[in-house]
Amino acid sequence: MRINRLSAIDALPLAMLILLPWLTDSYTQDLIIKIMIYAILALALELVVGTTGLVCFCQAAFFGIGAYTAVLLADDTAPTNALWLLISSALFASLYALVVGALSLRTKSVYFIMVTLAFGQMAYYVFHDTSLGGGTDGIYLFFKPVFGDWLDLDHSVHFYYVTLSALAIVYVFLMLLLQSRFGRVLAGIHQNEQRMRATGFETYHYKLIAFTLTGAISGVAGFLFAVKDAYVNPQMLSWHMSGAVLVMIIFGGLGSLRGAVLGALTYVTLEEFFKSDAIWGDFARHWHLGLGLIIIASVALLPRGLAGLPALLGQRLTGRPGVSK
Amino acid sequence: MDITVFLVQGLNALQYGLLLFLIASGLTLIFGIMNVINLAHGSFYMIGAYMAFGLSPLVQESVGGGFFLTLALGLVLALVLGYLLEWLFFSYLYERDHLQQVLMTYGLILVFEEIRSLLLGDDAHGVPVPALLSGVIPLGDLMTYPVYRLFVSGVCILLVLLLFWVLNRTRLGMMIRAGSSNREMVQSLGVDIKTLYRLVFAAGVMLAVLAGMIAAPVSSVYPGMGDQILIICFVVVVIGGIGSIKGALVAALLIGVVETFGQALFPELAGVLVYLLMAVVLLCKPTGLFRAT
Repeated sequence: MRINRLSAIDALPLAMLILLPWLTDSYTQDLIIKIMIYAILALALELVVGTTGLVCFCQAAFFGIGAYTAVLLADDTAPTNALWLLISSALFASLYALVVGALSLRTKSVYFIMVTLAFGQMAYYVFHDTSLGGGTDGIYLFFKPVFGDWLDLDHSVHFYYVTLSALAIVYVFLMLLLQSRFGRVLAGIHQNEQRMRATGFETYHYKLIAFTLTGAISGVAGFLFAVKDAYVNPQMLSWHMSGAVLVMIIFGGLGSLRGAVLGALTYVTLEEFFKSDAIWGDFARHWHLGLGLIIIASVALLPRGLAGLPALLGQRLTGRPGVSK
Repeated sequence: MDITVFLVQGLNALQYGLLLFLIASGLTLIFGIMNVINLAHGSFYMIGAYMAFGLSPLVQESVGGGFFLTLALGLVLALVLGYLLEWLFFSYLYERDHLQQVLMTYGLILVFEEIRSLLLGDDAHGVPVPALLSGVIPLGDLMTYPVYRLFVSGVCILLVLLLFWVLNRTRLGMMIRAGSSNREMVQSLGVDIKTLYRLVFAAGVMLAVLAGMIAAPVSSVYPGMGDQILIICFVVVVIGGIGSIKGALVAALLIGVVETFGQALFPELAGVLVYLLMAVVLLCKPTGLFRAT
């Protein structure tokens, strides 16, 4: 887990992120906020997929439940206490994760993928078909929440720093978690679950806790996203969202927290690029085509993600097989 | 619910369940034999449905039409598509882990959907029922049942029988079953495993495309139809037991009944019922109802 220690390299992007609101316009700020929220999601997924080796395909459900919770529990006539909403979002998302995890962790490998996908879709249908969250139209958040008197999330700079702090806290939390005994057990499960069980670890419980934590963190991301747009709709729970987050952590390279953040950045940049009318004209509508081709190419050519690129290039340039991990 | 309504719903459930089986059987076979999880399998269903919509005017123009001719042309195209896809993409995935399979096939879904959008647009379309099969048969005094739906069920039942015959009674089926239980052993006995893979994959694609083509007049064609069916098929495979054709059949029929009657009795809950069914099965038998064939 050495790669996940903080180092001097992290200071530069952090400093840039802190200074950013003074340097850029509101469009870029908005984009960076989106990237940071996706980065939180990618970090959360990294815990189950990258660390524990469970390919979870229902993260959008946790994200969406977090977002819907924030909007549904918010007061329609006055700003609500953000802390309370934040905790509720994390709580409801982690509750769903606990239930889904308890059921789906009874299965393995490819079963697990299918079962999580199905449970993710179940949550989607609940919001899509019932009037609970306004059906397909979604619902609006009328007043953005506040932290007491001094932090108003309606203020874009305030919101920017809240999102940045959330990202930093999640990052440091996961970093410490991965270095702890708990994190090492998860990594052990990834390596060889049979052996971990033989050593006396009740692996099911470890996996379930990790899964629930992923749910809670995704719920926080959902809360932030709901506040950012002041609007939620069932598309947030669509399985394409889960797919997108998986793509992010693969882009970044599995097993690295930095990779998850890098992956979110790469994904949103690619999305913006393929969606750009200025470059593609009318064809921008079909931005999924470019994205799909990039995903296929990256699986074919970069099995270890962007993080594995230097090793791969070194191997090509020197003609020697690189040091494989 | 009176008896004729019950009968109509029962026939619909059967038709839907059998159709699900056609798609899910390909999915479970491809997983059972090649150990590949294929998210793009739902896209083949979508491609089939859009073929029924897009090809029939072309067939009409060139040879004067014919539903069965369109069907035949679609199946040939499906075979070519399956062969090419296996060769170009899936053959690289056998040695990779499931995550990479998920990702590449997810990428394929995005590409297929966009190609569909570029070629045929994003609107939903109806597909006319072929004239030969457009009649209805009376059920009781008040109700009628469309012949076409019976035709769909009939075709599916024939294919189910054919599939079981091939798998259980032929040399090819023997190789497929052997391949799914021990790949290396089959290979070392001199079976050309690559050709076998390509065949099974192409057959799976053909089944899904066929399901899409015959379903099109009943369900109409719309963007995203592949995703929806894919996830239901996953539920079928999970309930039936991965790699088990018999399990897929039982689970598909079960889901046909739950979905159809669910929609009639509790419309608000209908979307969730099949997943609850899956949850119950997972609680009782986490590996599904049947073991791999």
